[in-house]
This record gives sequence, structure tokens and C-alpha cells, in this order.
Amino acid sequence: MSFWEYLAGRHQQLLTDAWQHAGAVLQCVVVATVLGVLIAIATYRSAWAGSLATTATATLLTVPSLAMIGLLIPVVGLGVPPTVIALTLYGLLPVVRNAIVGLRGVDPALVDAAKGIGMSRPARLLRVELPLAWPPILTGIRVSTQMLMGIAAIAAYASGPGLGNEIFRGIASLGSANALNQVLAGTLGIVLLALLFDAGYVLVGRLTIPRGIRV
Amino acid sequence: MSESAGPRGSSGSPGATIALENLSKRYPGGAGPSVDDVTLEIRAGETVVLVGPSGCGKSTTLKMINRLIEPSGGRIRIDGEDVTGIDPVKLRRNVGYAIQSSGLFPHMTVAQNIALVPRMLGWPRTRIRERVEEMLDLVGLDPREFHDRYPRRLSGGQQQRVGVARALAADPPVLLMDEPFGAVDPITRDHLQDELLRLQHELRRTIVFVTHDFDEAIKLADRIVVLRERSRIAQFDTPEAILTHPADDFVSEFVGAGAALKRLHLTRVRDVGITECPTVSVDDPLPYVCDRLHGSGRDEILLLDRRGRPRRWLRRGDLTRDGGSLDRAGTPVTDTVTRDATLRDALEAVLTDGSGRVAVTGRHGEYAGVVDVETLMRSVHTLLEADRARTRPEREAVGEGWPA
Repeated sequence: MSFWEYLAGRHQQLLTDAWQHAGAVLQCVVVATVLGVLIAIATYRSAWAGSLATTATATLLTVPSLAMIGLLIPVVGLGVPPTVIALTLYGLLPVVRNAIVGLRGVDPALVDAAKGIGMSRPARLLRVELPLAWPPILTGIRVSTQMLMGIAAIAAYASGPGLGNEIFRGIASLGSANALNQVLAGTLGIVLLALLFDAGYVLVGRLTIPRGIRV
Repeated sequence: MSESAGPRGSSGSPGATIALENLSKRYPGGAGPSVDDVTLEIRAGETVVLVGPSGCGKSTTLKMINRLIEPSGGRIRIDGEDVTGIDPVKLRRNVGYAIQSSGLFPHMTVAQNIALVPRMLGWPRTRIRERVEEMLDLVGLDPREFHDRYPRRLSGGQQQRVGVARALAADPPVLLMDEPFGAVDPITRDHLQDELLRLQHELRRTIVFVTHDFDEAIKLADRIVVLRERSRIAQFDTPEAILTHPADDFVSEFVGAGAALKRLHLTRVRDVGITECPTVSVDDPLPYVCDRLHGSGRDEILLLDRRGRPRRWLRRGDLTRDGGSLDRAGTPVTDTVTRDATLRDALEAVLTDGSGRVAVTGRHGEYAGVVDVETLMRSVHTLLEADRARTRPEREAVGEGWPA
């Protein structure tokens, strides 16, 4: 059976897997973004806390993904929970690091001006600092998404959702007629999704970065 | 919040009095206080300039007035009300604040920047829109052109104007300015200073201005505070008095050489008398221009563009020589001064141009008149005579204070 025949025969299953893969990554990226930005807001003003946050999230990233999921299974069980937790933890680093860099990069004179004209601390953060730090934060989210696309494949190990199932099935039946097709379909599907998401982020950037600071 | 949230002076000026009482600032770990026991009374509606060498604590003193820096001792009263303990966010909304390099938010348009404080004060939408137009007009920027621009598409001088418009948008009785013109080129700085003088002439707010440039202080101030290290007051007086009677060596050293020349900063073009000069518009037909030139009895006539701004000087003979085209005839107007320009700026312009006169312009760059070198010299004479009459009895004392 050729690769194209395989795709034609299995397209229903593949589309479902791709949909679930994208859904899982997107949701985890959203959670990682919210958490990451909150962590950055809590730590960027102190040199000590900021580097602690960056180092902690970087350390998380060094845990091999298979091991991370393996460690989570006895605690939270199989399926969706270990996948979501692992992906969210991995997604934190780029967001936290870029948000800290972005918030620290805001011109102190502007923060001073914001204070001087009577903006409260929350107003300063929401109306001045975060909008100005948004381009690097968005870059962080983009990197995070691409990373999670690949890592999400491992979720199949814990009976999680996504295109990883295709890859694992192929690997498990190496030598059989469809093994290569399965691995190939899963991998290419992930690459394709990653490219689609990236295009999506370009659009999001266009829509959300104010014209005055767009490069 | 009510519209007139700011305290108002009883003197009829829309400005407020500011009193600093034994104000000091100590930083933990610092060798001594960086501001040591400053007591200062600022009248409603006057412009007070704090001037001193860098690191003398003048900026710190200014920032304590809107409590960007919390004082470690003493109090601040604005129109008699002690503001040392009130919510700083509320205080700052009633105190305009303009800083070096404008501090405009790059992700907001000019209009959004100006509207910030009125929005925080909860003004109705239509009133904010009108106010933004009004402020742009006030600082000499065309609302239609600049309303939706982002700050990065403005020149340094334009940014600074918008910065001042933002600081004044909510009509605060007090305006604090921290070296606002420090980062622009000298020509733009001159124009911005003139602009500020004109604004203040119209608005009569209480302005506290910080600079390290003594010439700027002389030009802008009603009264100058010369500060030495730790923000100790060396002298607090009118520019005139500081130039003629410096309190001590520190002050006279700071005033620097050419104190006599610097007094030219004290007189404005509006005070010396502006003369008229025959003008024609670019749209006038050539024969009419020739008639005006010959009928005026003068050598020169000023050509204005469609918006009434001086464009070229035309002399007899220019029109025939250049084939009769108004676009190329004569010499272009290179420099103009406003009514608020100082005598020194006017003299500079007159001497640079080489033909002994400079055009005076109004708020939007439109023609208002001409000053010539004779008028300027006459007022220098008057200045010197008045001086001689005043200082004769105490010449010895004054002589000592003057820089060698």
C-alpha cells in the first residue's frame, strides 16, 4: 500500500488525531501563557526572583519528556491529565523568559512617566508595560507552541490524544506493511500543524501588536 | 470626580501655591542626605526654575513634589493643603508632569497619549475629544495632521510638544517639568522655550522646571532657585537679581562668564516693539508685487505663503533678475523668531542673517512683524542706562560679585 493510499484509507482517523493534537497543544499553550506571564509579573522586578523563575522553568525542560510522563502516570493516571500537565510545564520556559525580558526591557523613563501622570500600578502594568512587552511575549508563545507540537507526540505513551498514537502504532509494528506509513503520516501531520500554527501567529501579531511599535 | 478636581489659588491665577517645608531625602546607605532641609515658597502662577550642577538633587526635589520619590522628612503643601500623606496616584493626576525625551507611550497615538489623564479622571468621551483637539492646537500642532500619528513618526520637538500637551490635558494647577528640553537640538530647544513662554502667558499655571542650563533658567523663570549640592538653596531670586547681584562665589561661578550678555535673555521681542514691513502673498499677481515694492518706499518686501508664513525676502531688482518667478526671486527666509523670543535670540537671528532684520511670527508660524537691529540696539541702550542709574550708589558691592 502506497503512502497516498494509506492516507486516503485512514483520513478520518488521521483528521481526528490531528484535531485532538492541535486542541491539546493550543489549550496547554493558553494555560502556559497565562501562568508564564503571571510568574513573570510576580518576579521581573527582582533580579533574584526573576532568575529563579527562569532557572526553575529551564530545569523542568531538561527532564526528558518520556520520563516526565512516566513519572506523572502513577500520580494522575493515564490519558489526558498527564499530557496536559507535562505540556503546560514544558511550555512555561519560553513564555516566562521572554515575558521577563520584555517587561524588564520597557524603558524606565516610560514607567516613570506613567507613574508621574497618575497611573496606578495595575494600570501601568496593563496599559503600558504589558503592551510594550507583548512582541517578545508573543515570540515566546510561538516558540513554546512549536516545541509542544513535537513533545505532544509522546503523550500517546500515556494513552493521551493526538498524532503520537499514529507514530507509536507504527513503531510498535515495525516490519509490517503499514509501519512506515503510520510513522510518516504522524510526523508529517505534526510538521504541517506546526507550520499552520506559525502562520496563525503571524496573523495574531499583525492584529495585536500596536502599529506604533510594530517593526 | 469633579471637573475642577485640582485645588485653586485664591489669587485669581489658575495656578496653585506650592510650599516645601524642611523637605529632605535620605537614601538608606547613603553618606548624607541627597536633599537636605529645603524650604521654598512658590507663588501661584509663577514659573520657578531649579538650577544647579548635576547631582545636586534638583531632580530629586522636583520628584518629591508629586511624590515619585517619597520624602524622608518635611512636608509639601499645594495651595495650603498638606499632600505629604494623601494617595500619590490622586495627587499626580492634579499635577502635570513632563520629562526629558517626552515620555510618550509609543504604542498609543498622539490623541491617546493626550487623553490619558482626562480618561483616568473619568471625563465624558466628547469632552475628552474636544480637549485633545484643543491641546494640540494649543501646542501648535495641527489636530487633523497629528491626531492619529504614533510618536515615532514625530520629530523630537513635536514629541516634546505632545508631552507638554499630555501634561496639561487635565488642566492641572501645577506643572512639573524635569529637563524637558534636554534631549533636543539647540534650535528646536529655543523654539520650545518660546512656546512654553507663550503657553504660560496664556495659562498662568504654577510651573516648577528643572534644568542644568543656566541660560534656559534665565529665559524661562520668573524666579530662579540656584541649588548647590544636597539641594541647599544658594540663591532664590529673579533672574535679573541673580545676574546683577549673585549671592556668593558659587552663584557667580555658576552664572558663568558673560553675565552682562545673558541679561539680553531677560527682555522679550514683544517688549521691544515690532515694526511693520510691507508684505505680499505668493498668490498676488506680479505687477501688484512690483507696485507694492516700489510704492512702499522700502528696499525690501516680504513674500508670504498661502498660510501667511514668511517665505522669501524680495529686494528691488530681484524680480527682474530671476525672470519674474516669485518662487525663485530674492532670498529665502531662513530664521524667524516669535514674540516670546528673547532679545538675545533676536540679536542672534539678525546678525546671522546679515541683513539687519528678522521676521517675527505668531503661534502657527504666520507673519506678525519684523524686528531690526536698530530697535534691538536701542533697547540694549535703555537696559544699560537703567542699570547705570540703579547701581551707581552700590557699584563697589556689585563689582565684587561679577565674574572676572
